[in-house]
Amino acid sequence: MKALVYVGLKPGVLDPQGRTIARSLNDLGFAEVESALQGKVIELNLSGDDIVAAEARVTAMCEKLLANTVIENYRIEMRAE
Amino acid sequence: MQTAVIRFPASNCDRDAAVALEKITGRKPLIIWHRETELPAGVGFVVMPGGFSYGDYLRSGAIASRSPIVQDIKAKSERGLAVAGFCNGFQILTEAGMLPGALMRNKNLKFVCRPERLTVTNANSRFTSNYDAKSEVVFPVAHHDGNYFADKETIGRVEKEGRVLFRYANNPNGSINDIAGIVNEGGNVFGMMPHPERAIDPLHGGTDGIDLFKSILETL
Repeated sequence: MKALVYVGLKPGVLDPQGRTIARSLNDLGFAEVESALQGKVIELNLSGDDIVAAEARVTAMCEKLLANTVIENYRIEMRAE
Repeated sequence: MQTAVIRFPASNCDRDAAVALEKITGRKPLIIWHRETELPAGVGFVVMPGGFSYGDYLRSGAIASRSPIVQDIKAKSERGLAVAGFCNGFQILTEAGMLPGALMRNKNLKFVCRPERLTVTNANSRFTSNYDAKSEVVFPVAHHDGNYFADKETIGRVEKEGRVLFRYANNPNGSINDIAGIVNEGGNVFGMMPHPERAIDPLHGGTDGIDLFKSILETL
């Protein structure tokens, strides 16, 4: 199975990269872009088939390493595939 | 006083730190590989050096901060061990939860590498007692992720407790309140983005960093 972990900055934390992306899109004529947030996706391939137990383990991974909860939020998407 | 420098994969200021410590203490520091699990007995002061540990993968300092030796240093720092982290070392200390806040991408997105003027904000700490209050020093900076951030409540507490020891005269990275260096609640763990260990030899442009090392070493 697979876990997709989305890590992004918490609301209120300045995201200079996101701001630059939005500004650059505006410059390219995409005037409708009001803001952009840049995050990352971490794709984990996992052994086992207990998806509930696996999600709890992935949450622990996020807390322990994948996200810095001082500045970042995370969201986990589990896929059986 | 026996000192130590921790070496991570892709540390690159470990030698600078070792040279500074030897010059000031007259004794070679131990160089400790990050896979070690325990700091040797008798080490009184530890430096987390600058560099690009683990290629800055995931987040600057994140992976290094989970290494075995850091867990031991963290436990010992809670019992009073003196620790300083410069540049990547500061990032490692925040990632390890030994200092509050986080170091984010510089506000202007540029890598900054130049001598930077700093004000000694608090000269009553174990790391700054040899400086005159409000004096100015020049330390080199060289970083991409030096933009200090913490939530309002944390910043308020750190400021109120006088734990900001240095501020930038011309903020190079967007850090809140121009913060360049902070100490923990116990006053024994210090981190800063600039490099005092590169300001100990007149041939390198200045010696303002010496008093930082002298300050902490005199308390041990």
